[in-house]
Amino acid sequence: MMDFQTLFEQNIEIITIAVYGTAIALIVIGLYAVLMKKHLVKIVIGLSIMDAGIHLLFVAVGYISGGTAPIFSPGSENAATTMVDPVPQALVLTAIVIGFAVTALALSLVIRLYKHHHTANIDQLNSLKW
Amino acid sequence: MAILIFLIVMAIILIAAAIYSIMQKDLLFAVLGTGVVSLVLSIFFYMLQAPDVAITEAAIGIALTTIIFIITIRNTTRDENKYNDDHINKFKTKKDA
Repeated sequence: MMDFQTLFEQNIEIITIAVYGTAIALIVIGLYAVLMKKHLVKIVIGLSIMDAGIHLLFVAVGYISGGTAPIFSPGSENAATTMVDPVPQALVLTAIVIGFAVTALALSLVIRLYKHHHTANIDQLNSLKW
Repeated sequence: MAILIFLIVMAIILIAAAIYSIMQKDLLFAVLGTGVVSLVLSIFFYMLQAPDVAITEAAIGIALTTIIFIITIRNTTRDENKYNDDHINKFKTKKDA
């Protein structure tokens, strides 16, 4: 990790493109699964992947090149100028737990739908159509 | 330079695991693919100087999310393309009779 600071300044464009591109690719892959897949569990998997992409995007926005982790430790009380932004990290920490709760709720609804309709395919869940 | 190559390899593994978990027809392997996504994502968080987020993502994303997905697959179907026509056949026979 010592070489990472100087190396980041040299290759900042490649690393930035890699991290942001990965986050946007995860969001697009999850959106494709939510829109195109027929199985309910696969749709919830798409929601989970889209959550992961949004979390990576938030943490990457708050990153400062060559910053340290936002932890005050004895001996480095003046580290506040070189820290990365802790606010997106706190938001993502909350969003991970909320995302887990949303996933659990969606999967419980999937189980209830399967017990009632004996299928998890959204093309066959047409009992509300007229 | 080594850490740059490591980061790009991790990015490729992350996108490949996401595409695998979307395209896989067997839902159990698809859920394990999302576990790989969460594992590599926690390494990303650690490299972006967010160790607390990395710990939380590792605990919740790898363990708990995979467990509740597997419980759901046990209670529903494992094959994605399985069309269960039992209720339609039951309905038709009940209607015909």
